[in-house]
Amino acid sequence: MHFGLEYYLVLAAVLFSIGLYGALAKRNAVAILMCIEIMLNAVNIALVAFSRYLVPNVVLLTGQVFAIFVITVAAAEAAVGLAIIIAIYRSRQSVDVEQVDSMKE
Amino acid sequence: MTVELAFWILSPLMVGAALAVVLLRDIFRAALLLVLSFFAVAGIYVTLNADFLAAVQVLIYAGAIGILLIFAIMLTRNVKEGNPFNRLKIPALVVSLLVLATVIGVIVSTDWTTVSKVSQSVVVPLDQPTTGYIATALFDQNKGFVLPFEIASVLLLAALIGAIVLVRDRNSKE
Repeated sequence: MHFGLEYYLVLAAVLFSIGLYGALAKRNAVAILMCIEIMLNAVNIALVAFSRYLVPNVVLLTGQVFAIFVITVAAAEAAVGLAIIIAIYRSRQSVDVEQVDSMKE
Repeated sequence: MTVELAFWILSPLMVGAALAVVLLRDIFRAALLLVLSFFAVAGIYVTLNADFLAAVQVLIYAGAIGILLIFAIMLTRNVKEGNPFNRLKIPALVVSLLVLATVIGVIVSTDWTTVSKVSQSVVVPLDQPTTGYIATALFDQNKGFVLPFEIASVLLLAALIGAIVLVRDRNSKE
């Protein structure tokens, strides 16, 4: 198999799984947010790889435009997510997601 | 080939940094390594002929989001707790390995046929910079993304106002 699309897709899959593992298994809310950013980066790599390799010898720009929108939404998500984490820290002095369970009671 | 060499240098760096983000106990070091992995992703974009996206990645991810995460860690710093796992450590590992195996199986077994030409999208020759063409792809009247672009600007405004409202100190209201 010569170097091409599959290599980038496997790389994106590995990065996505690492992010998924961290997002599921971490207790610190900031760490979970960091792992979500890793997952979004993995998706972006897959999009840009498709935009490069779908048509041979040219770059198809639709995938890159989608990646730009993903980056925009990721920036908004990071800002709001961190604001929520700081608000939770103010009221509870903790960012442990296992202690933020008042809606369970 | 240069692209292949760059890929094999950048991808272990990126995967190693991402693994360290998940496994390190010190969350501040984890955030610094996350920024390193963002830089490696920018390098991967360069190997994919996405020069504009590489610049955007460095500016927004490594710059803005990295700084924002480090700010949040400083404001919520809890040295004793660090960056521990919860009690789902083993099930989460099993689930993510299953996802990885499924996705890699699909990637390897699929025959990724390429098409020779497309009609509805902007294409760039491999030796050209993509920045100008991205402007065409975003704002072209027939095949552009003008409405999603406007919606993205409204989303950013909403996120900006929402973040300010969430972290405002309500006790200091006069």
